[in-house]
Amino acid sequence: MSDIVLKTENLGISFGGLKAVDNVNIEIKRKQLYGLVGPNGAGKTTVFNLLTGVYQPTTGCFYLNGEKLTGKTQEQINHKGIARTFQNIRLFNNMSVIRNVMVGLHNQPEFKCNPFVSLFRLPRHFKTEKAMREKAKEILRIFDLEDERNNLACNLPYGKQRKLEIARALATNPKLLLLDEPAAGMNPYETEDLMKIIRHIRDEFDLTILLIEHDMKFVSGLCDEITVLNFGTVLAQGKTEEALNNPEVIKAYIGE
Amino acid sequence: MSTIFDGLSLGAIYALIALGYTMVYGIAKMLNFAHGDIIMVGAYAILTTLAAGGHIGLALVVAVVTCVIFGIVIEKVAYKPLRGASPLAVLITAIGVSYFLQSIAQIIFGAKAQTVTVATFGTVSIGTAEISISSIITLIVGAVIMAGLTLFVKNTRTGRAMLAVSEDRGAAQLMGINVNRIIMITFAIGSALAACASIFYLMQIPSTEPTLGSMPGIKAFTAAVIGGIGSIPGAMIGGVLLGVIEKICLSIPVLAPYTTAVEFAMLILILLVRPIGLLGKKRREKV
Amino acid sequence: MAKLKKIKISDYFCYIMVAAVMLVSFVVAQTGNLPRSYSNLLVQIAYSIILAVSLNLVVGFLGELSLGHAGFMCVGAYVGSYIAMQLAEVIDNKLIVLLLSMIIGGLLAAFFGFLVGLPALRLKGDYLAIVTLAFGEIVRTIFKNMSVFGKAMGLSTQAIKYDTRKDTSLYLVSFITVLVVLFFVQNLIRSKHGRAITAIRDNEIAAKAMGINVTFYKLFVFVIAAFFAGMAGVIYGHYTTPVLYSFFSYNYSIEILVMVVLGGMASINGSIIAAALITFVNFQLQSHLSGDQAALKYLIYALILIVLVIFNNAPKLAPIKDKFSPKTLLVKAKGHRHPGEIRSDTGDWRVIPSKIKMDEVLSVDLQQNTEFTPDKPQKGGK
Repeated sequence: MSDIVLKTENLGISFGGLKAVDNVNIEIKRKQLYGLVGPNGAGKTTVFNLLTGVYQPTTGCFYLNGEKLTGKTQEQINHKGIARTFQNIRLFNNMSVIRNVMVGLHNQPEFKCNPFVSLFRLPRHFKTEKAMREKAKEILRIFDLEDERNNLACNLPYGKQRKLEIARALATNPKLLLLDEPAAGMNPYETEDLMKIIRHIRDEFDLTILLIEHDMKFVSGLCDEITVLNFGTVLAQGKTEEALNNPEVIKAYIGE
Repeated sequence: MSTIFDGLSLGAIYALIALGYTMVYGIAKMLNFAHGDIIMVGAYAILTTLAAGGHIGLALVVAVVTCVIFGIVIEKVAYKPLRGASPLAVLITAIGVSYFLQSIAQIIFGAKAQTVTVATFGTVSIGTAEISISSIITLIVGAVIMAGLTLFVKNTRTGRAMLAVSEDRGAAQLMGINVNRIIMITFAIGSALAACASIFYLMQIPSTEPTLGSMPGIKAFTAAVIGGIGSIPGAMIGGVLLGVIEKICLSIPVLAPYTTAVEFAMLILILLVRPIGLLGKKRREKV
Repeated sequence: MAKLKKIKISDYFCYIMVAAVMLVSFVVAQTGNLPRSYSNLLVQIAYSIILAVSLNLVVGFLGELSLGHAGFMCVGAYVGSYIAMQLAEVIDNKLIVLLLSMIIGGLLAAFFGFLVGLPALRLKGDYLAIVTLAFGEIVRTIFKNMSVFGKAMGLSTQAIKYDTRKDTSLYLVSFITVLVVLFFVQNLIRSKHGRAITAIRDNEIAAKAMGINVTFYKLFVFVIAAFFAGMAGVIYGHYTTPVLYSFFSYNYSIEILVMVVLGGMASINGSIIAAALITFVNFQLQSHLSGDQAALKYLIYALILIVLVIFNNAPKLAPIKDKFSPKTLLVKAKGHRHPGEIRSDTGDWRVIPSKIKMDEVLSVDLQQNTEFTPDKPQKGGK
């Protein structure tokens, strides 16, 4: 029971009568790597937007470790422990790589620092800054980005930008990490590398990860369970191999 | 009664200016801060033509032509290079253009207000109220222009292309619409409307100065926002509403000194309560 | 990776610059050779720097355009000067009166900053710019009509005005205030809070997803910027008389914006230099030009705005600029591989932040609404 990190109950949203997501029930256990797949426009990213408070669901609700988070703002949901990356990369482009991660560390209790402390440059300010920098370096090391830390985020190659987004999300110390197409645009070598990193951070940080991905090799190599969405509704759910071999799923992908 | 009527004709002027704002905002997705100053250009064009002994009809033609040329040149020189840049960058450039026009006008014509007598009309009495004929002309011509514009947008090829560009510039381009040409036409129409506004303005207040356009410009933008930016009927309703409110405020002694404040407070309120204005459309930000 | 902590002169450049001007002018004043007009100019430069730096917080760091900065100054000038005149009757020391009134004037302006910050939570870009403009005009109209503040005649501050003929100390106080403001601003932008603010500028949606309290930081920036502008207003009230509503028109807000644009978005040093330069040029123009030629000032402003903004932001010019930018040339000369490797955090600070994409301009932040409003299917007519 306490093993379930994320639980959605009849989660749904409609835009002007069109049900973009309808009646989605997902249960994700602790430290699980869970996949969310489906054709384009199936509502995968919309599910992420619901889970992070960008949209408020019209029906149903979701729980993180048993706590109901429906109706909370994006900031609050992040504080409760859900972090995400974006399908179309949204980095802080005019900031250096390390500062991107430091923004992620902003709300960690060990780096609390009143704005007025910073305004007056009290010793606390320096201590916090130094600790944050060290912590950020530590996170960047996992993603092999430490050497790039002083580059501007927008100057990184595409694959590294994707990794930086994950690093930044990880910095917020989430319980549940939502990855929106993390391997999109990566070459096979980078994808392989990313799979290792994802497994590593799952173990290291005791994370539960929900990911959207089109690369089926990536999904079946990483996830033990998946949910397949089509037109906003759940088409199949369960063990990866079984769900992917479901005739309905094959029909949705390939057609009749 | 005459207050309301004055308000209506002032509102018609605001509406004409607001139409320019709304069309440019809808299609080029930019706030053309210099739009108000095009009115000033029109007013000086009329002044110069009349001073040279031209007929009022000729003055009107000269004003329209001058304004259209100014509008197109400004768009080509100042705004086109910034297509695709941050909207704030475009807004700052537009402010620069507005300053440019004002200072050039001041250097050429002087800062002093100059009298322009467009035409003298009498008043007619309807019931107890005295209504100036110029107000009536303003109202009628304003209404005709707006109706014509609505028909143009709805029923012509160019008009429909304008709608398409305002919906989705990228898609319109893929459909073979020359977006740059459409934006240029929009600026031309907006400037022509501003020229019309300038002649009506001079009918009501027969003097011109370099800063003539800035206040009416900002107020017309207010009107466009109230009506819902991007919407042609919205600009008309907003303009007329604002004109009436302004005249009513001015007629109440307690409120009169605060008229500008009341109008701007209305703008802020509308933006906070219903940012899409009365007839605007809602858009969703993609995440 | 233990690295020796180096003190970088560039980090302290702004203090050095301001302190140097202050000291040089102080020495000259001691020898009795400082012309009165120049001590006036110094005060003008001081409050211009405060205004430009505080506006840069809003425009360059938070990425919102404010066209009502003179409005905050107006609040500070009227209220601060009024309070200073009341205090002057109780307290004998002129300096204490000035400092107290500066704080009170600043606080009241900060309250107005809070009020303007509220719309900033819902509106962005052009809309917010117009709201700030409207705010500035409203404030001006209200002060113009209040009998306490002398209505259309303006508030006479003769009682507290520093007579620059006898007492040139106002420029010293002003420059020390500039240093204090710079201290706070520099500290803020180099802290985690400054990082959060620039994160909001770069990508508001991502900042929210990272748990940054966008509401708090937006209000915070507006309040702080308004506080400093209010202080500048109080200095203005001690420098000239009467405090007149017409000075604080939106033309003046734009003048401050010109300083920020000229100095560069998110560049504090740039704002300081630009503020001093513009004020100096103004000062010279005012004493040499009269009548209609005075419009030349605005012509210069116009050209600064148009040329600089197009040059720095035009997408088509970007590759050409890249080729010839000193940064690239330097990198080429040294043979580095990463042209993006620069130490500063602000990126290409001249470029106006574009957190709003062209097609998102019209979108209103619906995420603030707790209640979900479904969007209508798009119809052709409008």
